[in-house]
Amino acid sequence: MVDSAAHQPDSSPDNSALDPLANVQNQDLAEVLAEVENVSPSPALELPLLAAGGLIKNFGGIRAVDHASIEVAPGSITGLIGPNGAGKTTLFNLLSSFIRPDQGRVLFDGEPIQHLQPYQIAQRGMVRTFQVARVLSRLSVLENMLLAAQQQTGEKFWSAWFLPKQIAKEEKELRERAMAILQSVGLAHMAHEYAGALSGGQRKLLEMARALMTRPKLILLDEPAAGVNPTLINQICDHIVNWNKEGMTFLIIEHNMDVIMSLCDRVWVLAEGRNLAVGTPGEIQTNPQVLEAYLGQ
Amino acid sequence: MDHDSFSVGYLVSLIIFTGTYALFSLGLNLQWGFTGLINFGHIAFMTVGAYTTILLSLAQVPLILATLMGAGVAALLGLLIGFSTLRLREDYLAIVTIGVSEVVRLIALNEEWLTRGPRGVYGYPLPLEGFRPTLLSKGVMIAIWTVIFAIAFWQLGQWVSRKLKQNAKLQQVTTENEFTPIERSRPIGKLVLAGMAAILGLVLYGAGAASLFNYDYKAGLMLVLVIVLALIFWRLEWLVRSPWGRVLKAIREDEEVAKALGKNVFWYKLQSLMLGGAIAGLAGAFYAWNLSFVNPDGFIPLITFQAWTIVVLGGAGNNVGTPLGAAIFWGYNTITRFALEDNRLLDASRAGAFRIMVIGLLLMILMVWRPQGILGKKEELTLGR
Repeated sequence: MVDSAAHQPDSSPDNSALDPLANVQNQDLAEVLAEVENVSPSPALELPLLAAGGLIKNFGGIRAVDHASIEVAPGSITGLIGPNGAGKTTLFNLLSSFIRPDQGRVLFDGEPIQHLQPYQIAQRGMVRTFQVARVLSRLSVLENMLLAAQQQTGEKFWSAWFLPKQIAKEEKELRERAMAILQSVGLAHMAHEYAGALSGGQRKLLEMARALMTRPKLILLDEPAAGVNPTLINQICDHIVNWNKEGMTFLIIEHNMDVIMSLCDRVWVLAEGRNLAVGTPGEIQTNPQVLEAYLGQ
Repeated sequence: MDHDSFSVGYLVSLIIFTGTYALFSLGLNLQWGFTGLINFGHIAFMTVGAYTTILLSLAQVPLILATLMGAGVAALLGLLIGFSTLRLREDYLAIVTIGVSEVVRLIALNEEWLTRGPRGVYGYPLPLEGFRPTLLSKGVMIAIWTVIFAIAFWQLGQWVSRKLKQNAKLQQVTTENEFTPIERSRPIGKLVLAGMAAILGLVLYGAGAASLFNYDYKAGLMLVLVIVLALIFWRLEWLVRSPWGRVLKAIREDEEVAKALGKNVFWYKLQSLMLGGAIAGLAGAFYAWNLSFVNPDGFIPLITFQAWTIVVLGGAGNNVGTPLGAAIFWGYNTITRFALEDNRLLDASRAGAFRIMVIGLLLMILMVWRPQGILGKKEELTLGR
């Protein structure tokens, strides 16, 4: 990463001759990566899938996020931890554009996305879940899944009128894919029940399954293990590991340290809206600053 | 309703009123029942649709074109309201829509050069006005009428058999596991409802067929309205079951989730508001044709809330419930009108107020006894969010 960040400005004259836009983007990337590098002195060696630098967000007089940076390598499971009120969920909201940052940039797949709408970000392949699982109560579990699929012909008003055959075909395929995913998370038997009838743990599973249904490049999970019994936590972890093996990238907020330590390749620690530390789970566990932030002095 | 006795002509008039209100409320049902948009100014769409249609047709624009333009202008009003408010929270939409509906009515009242103000507009072209049917064309009209009712009866039969099957299944489940927390549904209630609907349908069919045979202008209007209502109903049912409708329902349930899953929530809300508005605009045209005289007093906010009553009565988010709600609403209106006629206790104006009061009471009872509406699903109310 040090290399790529240092090289890109050098190679920019060549690029700008061919494609000025690429140049701007690279400059963006270089700047954000430089910000990230300030925080994380030993970054990964490949270009990040998601990189955010210098994010600031004020709520009234309170600075919830203060020059926070983060980076997610493709194919990784990256953790984001911090004490309550550290600004983790706000950072999630900034990354997914549910809240606009006052300052700072977010790059996804090398392109700036902080000016986009949340739905556009989801369409580009970055999908999030919520801290308290949100399901569409009066839709069936299967409908929850079908909704998540991207670029459906039948979601366009005029196509919904005039292309019934194509829609029926797509729906059939989506149903099969949705049922396969539901099967894998053990919710297939609930497919035709109202999603509102699911238990808390099942809702977490449905939310993750629904995120997967969008065929994303990156899934942001906000406390996937919160309020879930230990058996189900293990199940959820297994699913995450399996999906990761199939190539899915994850960024996970979690308070359960066992989950973070067992899953994550890299952990970012946030405290009072700032980056406190970053490293492998092992490094974070023994980092005195992190211990101080969690346990107090 | 200028007939005093309960005649075929009165029934035709009743069908027209019911159909117009059903159409009008279907638009609201799309906006509120399916998309969760709180529209308290639905009458604005009807006003704009009615005035656009009749004023354009007075200016020699062909009637069909004028009607479509009426619906189109109503949709444009939806676009205007939507662009200014849909990004805000739900309650703002409620306030703005009720304001817009009054603004529209006051414009109609004061811009006399356009709408002739309180004196009203009349003498505008009506559909099938000069139509003198031969025996053959009467036969064709009655055949169309028969086909529509046959489809409706067939659907009713399907519904009953589906409910009975579901019930048999439930019984099976409940005997297997007595702790299954599914509410036992009562087939008796469904059968009674279906039976009543069938009897009502037969009466309306007979009255309609008879009036088409003894053709007058209202009979023609009734036929056109019922055809339009059936078409709109059919397409709406298709739409709300399509992936497009799924997105609307998702927005109703939780728009943050819809956003997080890549749906352009604003755009879908706008479409829903515009389509619902266009349908209300179309209903406005029928409203004007039925009254054959239109002035701003006909477009008071009360009508919006009558549509809400109809939607809630039938069951929000249920397209079948809406026409049913309209039928009950107008049935109630008619029955109480006759029942309270010439009584010694209440004079005419008191009787009118009393009838509205009873509607309120009935709604309250309904909300306690069956808060999901007549055709709503009770399970939906017990779900956690």
